[in-house]
Amino acid sequence: MIDFALKTLPFLWEGLTVTLYVSAMVVALSLVAGVLMGIGFTYGPRWLRFLLRVYSDILRGTPLLVLIFSVYYLMPFAGVNLNPLPAAVIALSAFKTAHVGEIVRGALQSIAAGQTDAAKAIGLTFAQRLAYVILPQGLRRFLPPWVNSVTEAVKGSSLVSLVGIVDLMLASQQVIGRTYEPMPVYVLAAFMYFLINYSLSVASRRLEARYAYIRE
Amino acid sequence: MSDALVQIRGLRKSFGTTHVLDGVDIDITKGEAVVVIGPSGSGKTTLLRCINLLETYDDGSIKVDGVEVGYDGPPGGRRRPRGESELAKIRADIGMVFQLFNLFPHLTALENVMLGLVKVRGLAKAEAKSRAEHWLNRVGLGDKLSSLPNQLSGGQQQRVGIARAVAMEPKILLLDEITSALDPELVGEVLSAVQQLARDGMTMIVVTHEMTFARDVGSRVVFMDAAKIVVDGAPRDVLSNPSHERLKTFLARIEMKHH
Repeated sequence: MIDFALKTLPFLWEGLTVTLYVSAMVVALSLVAGVLMGIGFTYGPRWLRFLLRVYSDILRGTPLLVLIFSVYYLMPFAGVNLNPLPAAVIALSAFKTAHVGEIVRGALQSIAAGQTDAAKAIGLTFAQRLAYVILPQGLRRFLPPWVNSVTEAVKGSSLVSLVGIVDLMLASQQVIGRTYEPMPVYVLAAFMYFLINYSLSVASRRLEARYAYIRE
Repeated sequence: MSDALVQIRGLRKSFGTTHVLDGVDIDITKGEAVVVIGPSGSGKTTLLRCINLLETYDDGSIKVDGVEVGYDGPPGGRRRPRGESELAKIRADIGMVFQLFNLFPHLTALENVMLGLVKVRGLAKAEAKSRAEHWLNRVGLGDKLSSLPNQLSGGQQQRVGIARAVAMEPKILLLDEITSALDPELVGEVLSAVQQLARDGMTMIVVTHEMTFARDVGSRVVFMDAAKIVVDGAPRDVLSNPSHERLKTFLARIEMKHH
């Protein structure tokens, strides 16, 4: 078993780095876009909120696999040829952005209107109110559901194997193809996914404890 | 009356078809403490919130120190609502204290007071800190500088709210029912902080149900009813010899509640 693990680990390791890379890209892109989206959702003009609502509902209502295939197979018809990796990252990020946007919206809307009143009353501009009053308070409500959505993103990244990207999922399948030993390989791969998400949960709990200063 | 610090003319505002302000005129001179009383829904809180543009107004004029607050021009012609940065500048000179305190829960008492000094007034940290400490001392909270709002009683929180507003050295202070969320035994400490400010010559508009405020702090009492100012006079005249029928009814009802 140990011998087997040592032989297959290098392949799985490479797959793991791809999984980590794709996940990290998706998490970073969707974080930036999702925060902007949540701000637009909460404070934007009516037409913007309408557009964001349409975007969010369509993206969240579409299976992730369909989104990945759409970007990869349909974009060429629009004259955009993408390699599998960027296509998958774009599809996953677009999907995740809708989720992060909703989480940010929820966090911002849960902050009492009086906070904005008080921040306005001392003469803070919109950007200052966000930076010093609203976002620091929203962070606490944002973190738990966001970490949850990050773990979803890590698991969802396994779908990129279906457009031929050798991530942890596809690497495992390739190893199985050569060794005909599905059980130990899948167990190893599952353990790796678990380790990623478990460390995320632990990190999240630490962060939450750090921002738990506001009791309600 | 062009020497008025606040000059309000023909102020109108409606929410849908309800007129909440239906032609309000008032002048407030520097150093005055004007107490606004009236039944719920009479428009007094809305009037206050229009002065620092937490609510927009539809028609009429509000000038603070000669500047039209809501628009770039007087009523009549075409006028543009003020943009975000203009509003921020105008609001910085108008202090406000809220019924529910609205302290920033993630900041200590000291940081609550310092935020505007550093980010809006542009003071250096050290200077802002000493000014914030000064004002927190003045309201009797010199030993609570590093407390978070949830570690303070309601009365203490409201005094932080007062320090946060006055530390900005506003031209005028708006107080919106600042004791109505407090336990009765905590009203006194907030009241005396406000009294002190009034004695120091701070111009203020006080919306309240607390008649002690009107008697002890007010240099003038204004009675609002049905979106209009109906009585405006010295506290003694307005409260002790009410001549207006609706004011009499209102005062009688308030008295009953307190006995």
